Amino acid sequence: MNLSSLNWNSLLPELVIVATSLIVLITAVVGKVSRVDRIARGHALAVVTLIGLLIAAGLTIMQLSQPASDFMGMVQSDALSHYLNLVILLAAALAVLLAWDYLGRFTYSFSEFYSLLLLAVAGMMFLGKSTELITLFVSLEILSISLYILTGFNRHQLASAEASLKYFLLGAFASGFIVYGAALLYGDTGSTWFSDIAANASGGFLTLAGFALLLVGFAFKIAAVPFHMWTPDAYQGAPTPVTAFMSVGTKAAALVALFRVLQSAVSAPYETWAWALAILSLLTMTVGNVAALRQTSIKRLLAYSSIAQAGYMLIGLVAGTVLGLQAMLFYLFAYAFMNIGAFACASLLESDDWSELQDASMANARGLFSRQPLLATALAIFMFSLAGIPPLAGFFGKLYLFDAAIDAGWLWLALVAVINSVISAYYYMRVVVVMFMEAPDESTRVRLPIPDSAILAIVIAVLGALLLGILAGPSFASLGQAVVAWRF
Amino acid sequence: MTIPLTWYLILSAALFAIGLFGVLARRNAIAILIGVELMLNAVNVNILAFWRYIRPDDPSGQVFAIIVLTVAAAEAAVGLALFISIYRTRRSINVDHLDALKG
Repeated sequence: MNLSSLNWNSLLPELVIVATSLIVLITAVVGKVSRVDRIARGHALAVVTLIGLLIAAGLTIMQLSQPASDFMGMVQSDALSHYLNLVILLAAALAVLLAWDYLGRFTYSFSEFYSLLLLAVAGMMFLGKSTELITLFVSLEILSISLYILTGFNRHQLASAEASLKYFLLGAFASGFIVYGAALLYGDTGSTWFSDIAANASGGFLTLAGFALLLVGFAFKIAAVPFHMWTPDAYQGAPTPVTAFMSVGTKAAALVALFRVLQSAVSAPYETWAWALAILSLLTMTVGNVAALRQTSIKRLLAYSSIAQAGYMLIGLVAGTVLGLQAMLFYLFAYAFMNIGAFACASLLESDDWSELQDASMANARGLFSRQPLLATALAIFMFSLAGIPPLAGFFGKLYLFDAAIDAGWLWLALVAVINSVISAYYYMRVVVVMFMEAPDESTRVRLPIPDSAILAIVIAVLGALLLGILAGPSFASLGQAVVAWRF
Repeated sequence: MTIPLTWYLILSAALFAIGLFGVLARRNAIAILIGVELMLNAVNVNILAFWRYIRPDDPSGQVFAIIVLTVAAAEAAVGLALFISIYRTRRSINVDHLDALKG
């Protein structure tokens, strides 16, 4: 084996992220600084992180039209992984903007935070590229372990520590299933490469059990019902920038990895697994939406909403066609903008009192429009987009997904999804009604002054949600051209 | 006399099931973590048995087992740190007592 034959170039974006992460981590042990300087140093580290993310995004865009298989076929760079990288890097950059001001309220461990965030990004990027079981497992663990720590980063607040514990226990449990499934597939085929697994699978009990266990593990990571129990707690307790990042990044990476497993490692016809996915999707969107109806905390409401959104995105996998994949990627972009935007607004409604649990409760948003008209309008745009109201990105995302489902012969699933969208409109609109129709009182609470970095994140998210909606046709078509090049 | 592969697989499946039971039945976070570790090590038995009986010529089975061990160690380190952090504020790591987040 020759190191130079491994084609390092195609892993450049990931390597840049890992290098940035290490640089940021090293600053934690260099020199002692006073408390005032620490905040300034935190901002400098955020800038370094953003630069790393931008370079990685630039490299990804440069490689956009160059599919490559490297490291003896352990990783595959193609349109799928490039677009996934862009979604993840976007989510991470917006999360850094949110953390800019937010983080300083409870910790001075800036280097650890940004370093772990970058490691999670690297794990997600590798996960989307992996075409081999060991690579898949390692990248999944890199992202999960980083996120367990990030979830509990506000460790003096009980909610954050509790969220981290619950996420950790269930996440480690899910890892056990994934690795057991991987072991059974290895035993069945004698190889951990997806292509060998597809070629040599016996189709007997070992194959079936292996894939079923992998699916259970992925369902945990995507937060699909009935494996979603950790999601509301972890999302509510985690620091809001972390919630915003992981609700988008983990789902995106796990969905793409699952798609890759189903497309390139399964030799059985796609329909065999599409049924299991269809049921998962049906349960996920229904339970997520129904549970979101009675939430009083905006953060928890968004957590249940993100479960439901995972259900919609699974439709793209159920269809399993070019159109389905294209729709799923489009939805991931739309979801990154609208969901992180919504969490960004929620983070501004939190009180400074960490002993309070309902720190972004619905009451805090009461009459927000008369206090902060722009913030209320932005949050309303995100809510409309998540509910799927034209002409916003969320509407077209859903339209393409449902269209892909009907096109692939899953009419009933598309109908269920439409009914679910109607149910979801109720709780999204409730937030809007509280902000616009009710009068502000003493419970209305906005963190003032609103930091510039948060404003920037919200503006980017609003522009993304609007432009992806207005330019839905061209952007969907350009995604299509890249995806069609992918082998099916 | 050699031990057939099936015996190893049964042992591994039994260990995995015991670990699974531990995760589901125990309420102490450390006991749950032990259950998870048991599950991961059951998988290691499985992987090594498969490696020895199916592909002894190819080292990827051994590599897989070492990586699973490493990940289990990293997970234990993070988990125990978390438990200590929670124990300091709550004086308990019983998961039933952690009920601040619900709904």
